[in-house]
Amino acid sequence: MQNQIGAPKGFSLTDPRVRAWLFQIITIVAVISLGWFLFHNTQTNLEHRGITSGFGFLERSAGFGIAQHLISYTESDSYARVFLIGLLNTLLVTFIGVILATLLGFVIGVARLSKNWVINKLATVYIEIFRNIPPLLQILFWYFAVFLTLPGPRAAHGIFETFYFSSRGLNMPAAIPTSGAWPFTIAVVVAIVAIVIMSKWATKRFEATGQPFHKFWVGLAIFIVIPALSALVFGAPVHWEFAQLQGFNFVGGWVLIPELLALTLALTVYTAAFIAEIVRSGIKSVSHGQTEAAASLGLRNGPTLRKVIIPQALRVIIPPLTSQYLNLAKNSSLAAGIGYPEMVSLFAGTVLNQTGQAIEVIAITMSVYLAISISISLLMNWYNKRIALIER
Amino acid sequence: MKMLKSTLAVLTAATALGVASFAQAGATLDAIQKKGFIQCGVSDGLPGFSVPDASGKILGIDADVCRAVAAAVFGDATKVKFSQLNAKERFTALQSGEIDVLSRNTTWTSSRDAGMGLVFAGVTYYDGVGFLVNKKLGVKSAKELDGATICIQAGTTTELNVSDYFRGNGLKYVPITFDTSDESAKSLESGRCDVLTSDKSQLYAQRSKLGNPTDYVVLPETISKEPLGPVVRRGDEDWMAIVKWTLFAMLNAEEAGVTSKNVEEMAKSTKNPDVARLLGADGEYGKDLKVRKDWVVQIVKQVGNYGEVFDKNLGKTTPLAIDRGMNALWNNGGIQYAPPVR
Repeated sequence: MQNQIGAPKGFSLTDPRVRAWLFQIITIVAVISLGWFLFHNTQTNLEHRGITSGFGFLERSAGFGIAQHLISYTESDSYARVFLIGLLNTLLVTFIGVILATLLGFVIGVARLSKNWVINKLATVYIEIFRNIPPLLQILFWYFAVFLTLPGPRAAHGIFETFYFSSRGLNMPAAIPTSGAWPFTIAVVVAIVAIVIMSKWATKRFEATGQPFHKFWVGLAIFIVIPALSALVFGAPVHWEFAQLQGFNFVGGWVLIPELLALTLALTVYTAAFIAEIVRSGIKSVSHGQTEAAASLGLRNGPTLRKVIIPQALRVIIPPLTSQYLNLAKNSSLAAGIGYPEMVSLFAGTVLNQTGQAIEVIAITMSVYLAISISISLLMNWYNKRIALIER
Repeated sequence: MKMLKSTLAVLTAATALGVASFAQAGATLDAIQKKGFIQCGVSDGLPGFSVPDASGKILGIDADVCRAVAAAVFGDATKVKFSQLNAKERFTALQSGEIDVLSRNTTWTSSRDAGMGLVFAGVTYYDGVGFLVNKKLGVKSAKELDGATICIQAGTTTELNVSDYFRGNGLKYVPITFDTSDESAKSLESGRCDVLTSDKSQLYAQRSKLGNPTDYVVLPETISKEPLGPVVRRGDEDWMAIVKWTLFAMLNAEEAGVTSKNVEEMAKSTKNPDVARLLGADGEYGKDLKVRKDWVVQIVKQVGNYGEVFDKNLGKTTPLAIDRGMNALWNNGGIQYAPPVR
């Protein structure tokens, strides 16, 4: 009905463009005023009831101990440091879990497609069991039925007297850096640079002349030889401090607490089942013509999978894989059920209870989880774009 | 036009929400009178204090305090509904209005009394933090616990007090925190930790739940003060006074020798002016508090005086067998002291 040629000039409520602008402005004003009203109302109510608000509590001294802290911590440190420790513990579990789950998931996914009947069925059974049991139950199972039933520290199994497995966790020698540590680190950096250069040169030569190059083995050799030379010349980079049983516990050395082991194992096994199915669907999405063409070129199963199928399957695998990584990061909050000191149990649990400031604490926790998830998404999306096949 | 209508609808809804959520101070007693019962926050299962029995009824001294308040307000001790809360949710539940009173073995500290919008109404039980260890470890004193792994409930004053004690004595320890006291007790049994620490009353309660209670011993040291009592919201003086004086009434009744067996007879025929005032035969003290005239009679008849409630839940006839100790009356070697009703 609106005729653009006959549309009125200047401001008029019948002009669709004017109407569009008007309603957008009204909506923005409404949303902002709603937000401001809720915020202001909350502040007034809190003040009225005598509940302190604001973020000043972060500077107060914590006063409680933490079982695992990746950075130094004493009881007189602030709640802000407790938050940092919780965050690092969450990131530790997420990082290890993502790597292990991806490896395990890819292996099981490929196994699920194997022509070998036994391997195929084993993978199917694994996937069906671990996909269908809730993650919290799996965490509780690993913790209570596996790790806590190990013998106590006084009866611990010792492997070569260096690694001790007990209900207190896995005790291992601690690596204390010595004077040879700095040269070793520099040597590792040099080795990595050398590997990158070698890799780029090998790829260029392959694309120009078609000559293949054993990038992986040469790279591995460089990675071992150069730091080893540094260790020989400047001395060993670390000196091992062994764990000794003294009184109640092992003293010295590092310990991986059973809560961390149980949580990581449970999350890895659970997420790997999902990743396996995603990998299977990705591989199946590559047209069978590709496999046949590779076979007709004389490529065997291994190189076909590695060089032809998986690079194309990655297009389909990466987006749902991102979701699984995010799920793993968020499922790490189930650690509160077994007492692993990560962000939810430490910050949104103990600190919330000691200070009583539920709104600020939960808001911070939610923002951090959002930040972690968005970072993982951004990273995966960048990788996805990089390996995307550009159709001509 | 549809856009404008929906915007208006959203704004109206927000305004309505905003107005509704602004609670009037002093409204708790009115709300309770209107709904006809008290919502009482208790623990998720602590023998002697608040634990469900086989039929789901909550037994314990904390639960009985709530029943006593209901008897004072309604004349019926059954007009209480219980919410079982763990240590993390208890304060938020009270702050948000989900419960009317928190009677959950909560330690009275300055930071909880101010700055959380809450206020304590008295002390039900004077307690202190102790340690529960397996006899096999051969430990006789808390000072021998250097390097031990200790199971603690997260977010309690116990966490802070244990940390202070070990730091103060130059000892090291490894804390393992759990959400519920049951999980900490299970970890002690499995050997994950060497020591279980909590308020001593909780230690006796948890020990009675373990597989072999006689294998465990509570160490002699008490490392902190833990006065446990009921908590209400700040700004509601009428309600606070009712809870406070219910507790005092139970203590005064024990002091005056009024028990659930003789309270009715005493209310009718006492010559003692103190008892007459307490039981409502003289004066309008119930009305001052905005409760029934015979409030103490109802409390003692339906729930009991402090001594009876203590003996029923924590005394020699129970598996806990806790001594009155500090919780005896002031004229009997303890520190429970109630101001007079007059």
